[in-house]
Amino acid sequence: MATQTELQPADTTDAFREEVRQFLADNFPEELKGKGNALAGVEGPTAETEPQRKWREAMGARGWGTPTWPKEYGGGGLNRKQAAILNEELAKAGAYNPIGGMGVMMFGPTLLEYGSEEQKKEHIPPICRGEVRWCQGYSEPNAGSDLANLQTTAEDKGDHYLVNGQKTWTSGGQWADKCFCLVRTDRSDKHRGISFLLIDMDSPGVEVRPIQMISGMSPFCETFFTDVKVPKENLVGEEGQGWTIGKRLLQHERTNLSGGGSMARLMGQSVSDVAKKYLELDDGGEIADKVMRDRIADFEIRWGSFLMTARRATEESKAAGGVSEISSVLKKLGTKLGQERAEMLIEIMGLQGLGWEGEGFSESELAGVRAWLFGKATTIYGGSTEIQNNIIAKRVLGMLDHQ
Amino acid sequence: MAVLNEEQEMLRDMAREWATNESPVTEFRKVRASGEPEAFDRGAFGNMAEMGWTGVIIPEEHGGSDFGWLSAGLVVEELGKTLTASPLIQTTIAAAAIVLGGSDEQKAKYLPKLASGEMIGTLAIDEGARHDPSKIATSVSGGKISGTKAFVHEAHGADLFVVASTDGLYLVEKGDGVSLSTRKLTDQRSHADVTFDGASADKLAGGGDSLLDDVLDRARILTACEMLGMAQQVFDTTLDYLKQRVQFNQVLATFQSLQHRMADLFGDLAMMRSAVEGGLQALDSGFGVARAATIAKAEANRVLHTMSREGVQLHGGIGMTDEYDIGFYLKRARVLEASFGSTSYLKNRFAKLGGY
Ligand SMILES: Cc1cc2nc3c(=O)[nH]c(=O)nc-3n(C[C@H](O)[C@H](O)[C@H](O)COP(=O)(O)OP(=O)(O)OC[C@H]3O[C@@H](n4cnc5c(N)ncnc54)[C@H](O)[C@@H]3O)c2cc1C
Repeated sequence: MATQTELQPADTTDAFREEVRQFLADNFPEELKGKGNALAGVEGPTAETEPQRKWREAMGARGWGTPTWPKEYGGGGLNRKQAAILNEELAKAGAYNPIGGMGVMMFGPTLLEYGSEEQKKEHIPPICRGEVRWCQGYSEPNAGSDLANLQTTAEDKGDHYLVNGQKTWTSGGQWADKCFCLVRTDRSDKHRGISFLLIDMDSPGVEVRPIQMISGMSPFCETFFTDVKVPKENLVGEEGQGWTIGKRLLQHERTNLSGGGSMARLMGQSVSDVAKKYLELDDGGEIADKVMRDRIADFEIRWGSFLMTARRATEESKAAGGVSEISSVLKKLGTKLGQERAEMLIEIMGLQGLGWEGEGFSESELAGVRAWLFGKATTIYGGSTEIQNNIIAKRVLGMLDHQ
Repeated sequence: MAVLNEEQEMLRDMAREWATNESPVTEFRKVRASGEPEAFDRGAFGNMAEMGWTGVIIPEEHGGSDFGWLSAGLVVEELGKTLTASPLIQTTIAAAAIVLGGSDEQKAKYLPKLASGEMIGTLAIDEGARHDPSKIATSVSGGKISGTKAFVHEAHGADLFVVASTDGLYLVEKGDGVSLSTRKLTDQRSHADVTFDGASADKLAGGGDSLLDDVLDRARILTACEMLGMAQQVFDTTLDYLKQRVQFNQVLATFQSLQHRMADLFGDLAMMRSAVEGGLQALDSGFGVARAATIAKAEANRVLHTMSREGVQLHGGIGMTDEYDIGFYLKRARVLEASFGSTSYLKNRFAKLGGY
């Protein structure tokens, strides 16, 4: 067990904590307390209010929305310890991080690793300030789990690429400014014929058509590219290196989107807290329904152990220098538990937990139903659970394809 | 599949043909798009009544066919497959309550109308969001009933409510002293809180002390039949999809991990079918109904829950779209799962019935 002094090695952390508190006192608008919307990333931009804008700009200017990213590109330049303190203090103040989305979670870290100096200078600072929305142009109708089968082509036209093809399930495509895209630059090799290209969504020839989801929202799109001209400097890495870069990005996606951290944040209250509000308690304040009590305890034990796994894995992979295959394990476990949790909550609430609209349901109940339905996607996107199992079996455990 | 007699086979085939041709899921989409709180097609329900489906468990002397519960279940299962929106189940349960507990006069007054589809009935039991028939505050005094019932299925179309009160079940007709407050649930069907404010109530005085439980057992079993149809359909649709979708230059159905998943689901479906048919047979034989009903609904909850989740998962991204039907099954599944006994309620009840 760590002692107090080991946990807080130097006064510098105290000074930093003080700095954060002061910053929050000066900049965090009181009326935004507890208002972070967990589904904002998938529901699209709601018109930003003045306080929201101010808060985003304040965090962006400090680079604290992307706390560990290098300062020179607009990040916070914090070490891990400081980033942890920042998170703690935000939580204490009821504040949320207003800067997120695919640019922060997936694209930024990948570009920092593979991008050219010019590309980093151009694209990272606006991400840190929360000024651009990125979308992911990976999947196609016949390239889902088999992503490398993608057929959208980028033809070399000397000073630019000419892009033609169709992407699908593009989350937030209708709101995005830019798209990081996997395209085919060579037909002769399935994997080495793929390149990583950045496309402006307002380029002529880009068309998006939103698709309605079972949760009633329409946050994802079919995206069509017809003779879209993309400047050569928008190629990340070398031509043909797209598969390697694209996979690295997926590791970030898996760790971030579906692993421990964001999941825990998405989840808010514990299941037992909710249960105590909706279920009958006995005289001792315990949940009267014995079966439900047992199931809630069973879930919370596994959830607790998942959070510890997520923390350990994150620490270990950071110590080893970045994301790793362990992201597949986290994604597989975290998304399953997240879905179980949502199912359990609606069961606890009974029919009150299944409202679609209209009278008699609180905002959080209605949001819970949508989140339950949307959450079914977490085991599908970013590489489905089945694909994570394949990755774990083959790449982590060294089990072979059947011959 | 239970061994059916010729009559039952004909009934099932007729129901299957009608559901497939006249009431595919596109019909449910129309109901949904209409936005009507009643949420079913009167014309389609009229067809069902003409085919005799509203009278399957009603004695011949009162205008039914008295074909029995297994027969009723076969029809409901077929309609569940295509998510046909109708008050057939609720009307059947209301009729069952009258068959079990009604006086000759009540039977003569209501059963023929329920059998012909002229009248729609429903159960109004629970007073909270979770099924719990031990918690009833609605009471009757001087033939007038007062209280509020939560999440009553098919309330908007109902002409007759079978209402649980502190001293038994009552029949209440739509009219003075009955008001509805719509509760729109994720399955987009008719649900409402129904308030009885001094409405005239006619007691079902027969049927003994267990009348409420007996009626609820029938509701559990018939609900499980709808769930069985849904589970079967999700399974079949998913299997078809896996046999057709190509990734990695192979149809998905060739992947062993998916084969094993489908084999597991197939086993679960077999268990669910036995449990549901066992419930129907218990009703027809009049033996061991409470235990059989608990098993039927608990297994229906368990298997449809898994099946509906796996159905979406195995379809991948397309399963998340509103354009594709599979999500409808997921949404309806959770509503039925919570109705007339959630899994935890049924497990506790099962243990109580077993004396432990
Ligand atoms: C809400 C949502 C948002 C998304 N957002 C984006 C986005 O922004 N950008 C983007 O590019 N994509 C996005 N996607 C697409 C997502 O990445 C794909 O849906 C996913 O990769 C699965 O592909 P598929 O839908 O074609 O399913 P399929 O590949 O057809 O898979 C169907 C089923 O078969 C299983 N399966 C497939 N191959 C195997 C195998 N070898 N072994 C075992 N099982 C297998 C799958 O796991 C799945 O259960 C999104 C999807 C959803 C649902």
